[in-house]
Amino acid sequence: MDFLYILATAIETAIGPIAAVYALAAIGLNLHFGYTGLLNFGQVGFMLVGGYGVAVSVSTFGLPLWAGVLASIGCAVLLALLLGIPTLRLRADYLSICTIAVAEVARLVYRAEFARDVTGGVYGLQGFASAFYDANPFPRGDYGIGDISFSARDLWMMIAAWGLVLVASVVMWLLIHSPWGRVIKGIREDEEAVRSLGKNVFAYKMQSLVLGGVFGALAGALIAVNQQTITPDQFMPQVTFYLWAMLLLGGAGRTLGPVLGAVVMWFLLTVFDETLRSLAATGVLPFLQGSDVGALRHAMVGLALLLLIVFRPQGIIGNRKEMLVNVK
Amino acid sequence: MSSDATEVTAGGPAPVDRMAGVAATPGVAKPDPILKAHGVRRSFGGLTAVDVEHLEVQRGTITALIGPNGAGKSTLFNLLTGFDRVDAGEWSFEGRRLNGLGGHRVARSGMVRTFQLTKALTRLTVLDNMLLAAQGQLGERVWGAFLRSGWRGQERANIERAEQLLERFKLLDKRHEMAGNLSGGQRKLLEMARSLMVDPSMVMLDEPMAGVNPALVQSLLGHITALRDDGMTVLFVEHDMDVIMGISDWIVVLAQGQVIAEGRPEDIRADQRVVDAYLGAQHGEPADAEEGR
Repeated sequence: MDFLYILATAIETAIGPIAAVYALAAIGLNLHFGYTGLLNFGQVGFMLVGGYGVAVSVSTFGLPLWAGVLASIGCAVLLALLLGIPTLRLRADYLSICTIAVAEVARLVYRAEFARDVTGGVYGLQGFASAFYDANPFPRGDYGIGDISFSARDLWMMIAAWGLVLVASVVMWLLIHSPWGRVIKGIREDEEAVRSLGKNVFAYKMQSLVLGGVFGALAGALIAVNQQTITPDQFMPQVTFYLWAMLLLGGAGRTLGPVLGAVVMWFLLTVFDETLRSLAATGVLPFLQGSDVGALRHAMVGLALLLLIVFRPQGIIGNRKEMLVNVK
Repeated sequence: MSSDATEVTAGGPAPVDRMAGVAATPGVAKPDPILKAHGVRRSFGGLTAVDVEHLEVQRGTITALIGPNGAGKSTLFNLLTGFDRVDAGEWSFEGRRLNGLGGHRVARSGMVRTFQLTKALTRLTVLDNMLLAAQGQLGERVWGAFLRSGWRGQERANIERAEQLLERFKLLDKRHEMAGNLSGGQRKLLEMARSLMVDPSMVMLDEPMAGVNPALVQSLLGHITALRDDGMTVLFVEHDMDVIMGISDWIVVLAQGQVIAEGRPEDIRADQRVVDAYLGAQHGEPADAEEGR
């Protein structure tokens, strides 16, 4: 077993474009849950409409890439309104039930036969992001230190993705440390009280849902651009639960919580995957097949979440005192 | 509202005199009502929770709303403040119709409520709880939030006002603590201070003494009387008869959703219908009946 190789692969994943995508989507979820207290179990739905916003605009309608990004933002706003108008006036549980259902319905609609002309159905769409890679300023080759290395393509993608994560984090910090953020956090604590102080709670919850959804959509757009291909079945419900795991791991209600959570989670997942894979390859554990690794990974995520909730419920950088205020 | 307040404090008639000559009959008109409700009805399934034919609340007084359990006091509160929808009826506050307005718009119009189960925003600091209540904040708009220079000055003024109020309610040294770490009584005080931060002309207190330790009751009572002396109108729901009789200028008795009596504390104390409502009409042993007459 080559520990250095495993470590290098894990670091590559932890700072790679996929981790950035998840960080961005988790930032949206942090606004929903960590600050506003909205239980959104369908963040993947925003990623889906975001990814397809780019893919459909460019592949199907021949629009430029920037228009595609605008389209994915537009789709996210629309989805948030669609979700929010009927459910945000009701108790919190209704939103969570609807989000999980709507995300799944959206995936089924996008992969349906009748949508094939637009979305490509189950086969999805390909080759819509060349404009992005054509703009790559880095000459071909590998960049990195020691065993950690990225291609010029990955490096360009990482800069775009982590750049967006940075922008989103700054936006979040500014918003949360403003009177707007105070109202949002007040709604998390008790929306009736906030209403009794003359705030339009519905409007604030809607703003939060829209903005967090837009972050999710941008993450979806990044996935599409990164892979140059998109299929509906990448957007299964478990993506949302990975996001939740990352958010809780990093610390909900902290600006950098979701970012740290995504990085640490991808690091641990890769270490785990690679270790098991090399163990399986050497035959030390005869009962372990290479194909079992994927399933074991899900079990490990579950175990990790369990340990987290028992030993560090506030997450890595969460505030334990704040967390335990209501648990007396 | 502010001009009104100065009138009252500047040697106007003592609040009790405001009710001079008002007959102690249910639904009686007041000389200067701030709140007027007419035909307000709300039923849950087959049960009529509130059916108030006519009710007026006199400006600048402390009016208590009492009644046995299940009389509809809290429901009436929720209806008037826009936290529940009426089946029928209309009501106006300072001459403005409030029918169908959401709770936040009622609050903005100057009628601010508190809750029976205190709703301190537990994971916010005491100061943030206060600042949240300030009205017309530019930084509370999603785009305005980014323009720090736009709301800094406003924020500073609000902090100053919040600290003055916290000082008055003896919570100033707790201002950076999480509201969830306050005791039950302190939360009640915070909720009252927070409602004042809205700058209301009328405060609706839903059982302000519930769950407060007896040592704090006197201080809470003092604060409520101070609200009236500042020119505010107070309407409150309460169970404790001693408390009510001590500080109210006017008492409205609700039973089975209807106003069965209203009047000064001494009128209410002598009212047989009130005794019946509280103890049940069948308590009529001869001794009791004589006493009632």
